[in-house]
Amino acid sequence: MKLEELAARCGEWLKGSGPESDIVISSRIRLARNLADFPFVRRCSDADRQTVEKALRERILQLSELNGLSYVDVNDLETVDRQFLVERQLISREHAESMGARGVAIDAQEQFSLMINEEDHLRIQVMHSGLDLASAWQRINGIDDLIGQAVTYAFHERLGYLTACPTNVGTGMRVSVMLHLPALVITRQIDKVFRSLQKISLAVRGLYGEGSQAMGDFYQISNQITLGRSEQDLLKQVGEVVPVLIDYERRAREFLYRESQKDLHDRVSRAYGILCTAQTISSEETMHLLSSVRMGINLGLIHDLEIPTVNKLFIHTQPAHLQKLRGIELDTADRNVERAHYLQRHLIKRSGDGESEKN
Amino acid sequence: MKCQHCEKPATIHITELTGPEPQEHHLCAEHAQQYLAPPEETAQPSSPLAGALAQQLKLGQTAAELARLDQQSCPVCGITFYEFRQQGRLGCPHDYTCFEKELEPLLVNIHGDTTHKGKTPRHGAEGASHKTQLIGLRREMRQAVEQEDYERASALRDQIRTIDKEGAA
Repeated sequence: MKLEELAARCGEWLKGSGPESDIVISSRIRLARNLADFPFVRRCSDADRQTVEKALRERILQLSELNGLSYVDVNDLETVDRQFLVERQLISREHAESMGARGVAIDAQEQFSLMINEEDHLRIQVMHSGLDLASAWQRINGIDDLIGQAVTYAFHERLGYLTACPTNVGTGMRVSVMLHLPALVITRQIDKVFRSLQKISLAVRGLYGEGSQAMGDFYQISNQITLGRSEQDLLKQVGEVVPVLIDYERRAREFLYRESQKDLHDRVSRAYGILCTAQTISSEETMHLLSSVRMGINLGLIHDLEIPTVNKLFIHTQPAHLQKLRGIELDTADRNVERAHYLQRHLIKRSGDGESEKN
Repeated sequence: MKCQHCEKPATIHITELTGPEPQEHHLCAEHAQQYLAPPEETAQPSSPLAGALAQQLKLGQTAAELARLDQQSCPVCGITFYEFRQQGRLGCPHDYTCFEKELEPLLVNIHGDTTHKGKTPRHGAEGASHKTQLIGLRREMRQAVEQEDYERASALRDQIRTIDKEGAA
């Protein structure tokens, strides 16, 4: 598969469809699995790593139920291409930055990816647009069963699936829902919300996982505990808290709309204005402004733009995407200019000719 | 006058009288704000594992006990408990069995539980732990070859083949 082909598309997680998609961006589940007959990845010799990579790659690509997979040898990729896959959320930052034999199998719809030799031998990830945990679980459970029949997973009678890090042992499952929460950020309630989530052992992360900044007001809520609760319990725990957060965010938006509609409208319009006219703009500022615009569309303050377009801009203005779309490597300063041009082309064309590019 | 902490001009001058001696501070607006209202400590440790490990070590293990614990190693992959504590990652599936006692308080700390309640793979747990022996056998075989003990190496190879075949069957 050519990464350039991927670049032009939007990918599943920013498609902007599915239940509650004005606030919930995506529902994601990952399972950590290891082969019983090899050391965990960090303890593997180079030869072990290669054997694990080959064995898993061959068995996964042989599964007729998973046809249409593309396999990418991550170790062979240029830095910009690895970063591209990270921006796309198809591999983790850790997977991009580590060394040695490793790869990722990606399905054509970008709804799941199978990382080989990340921290664990196998990380299965399923991603659906909107709030859709039940079907994401059904999908990943099926994939896990298929692969589990082809290989022997490391499994302990009492402790469950064994993982390199004891924080993942048991189900090896991380359920995460990505939310767009700009109004809770503006009304300064976000920290309060997060503290209460931590109390019930749910983790909050930024857009690109552990340690990443909450860019563009995107937050991922996920379970911390993996042992002692069934997969259904974990799904329920995350699944039950999300509607509460959606409700908080909607109420904060209503509050802003009611109490300070002028200020809010001004903020949204200014953000839109800068995005349309800036001559050089950083990725952070773009995310920040697109976040306001996205909320503005959802509140009916902007009429000539649609959510899928904004979602596409979120991903296409990331550093590696910008370079893949342009077809050349650019340094930070050149990227900022290219990003401003890209935004102008896509936003001004739309406002002048609003109906022509709806698809 | 420059701010004490950066190149910006000091615009706020504070005389702190709380200590034994009065202390003068010359700060820019940004650093003054930090001085007057330090950002709230987010008490969350960098990772749940690091936090749990740190807490476990505080639980009154003496230096001698810890040193003894650190020297224990897994017979299958060879990792020591010390290496695990340093790196935060285990070496192989058998570590969960051979360090079972040491890991238990850690698991309780992280998960509040020590018993899996989710799905099980079709091959079951026994087949898996049997296969994990291969890690140790391969390691021994490599050592035997290095020591030019070819008789032992070939015996180990046969043993490895047998287990491999059982798995495939």
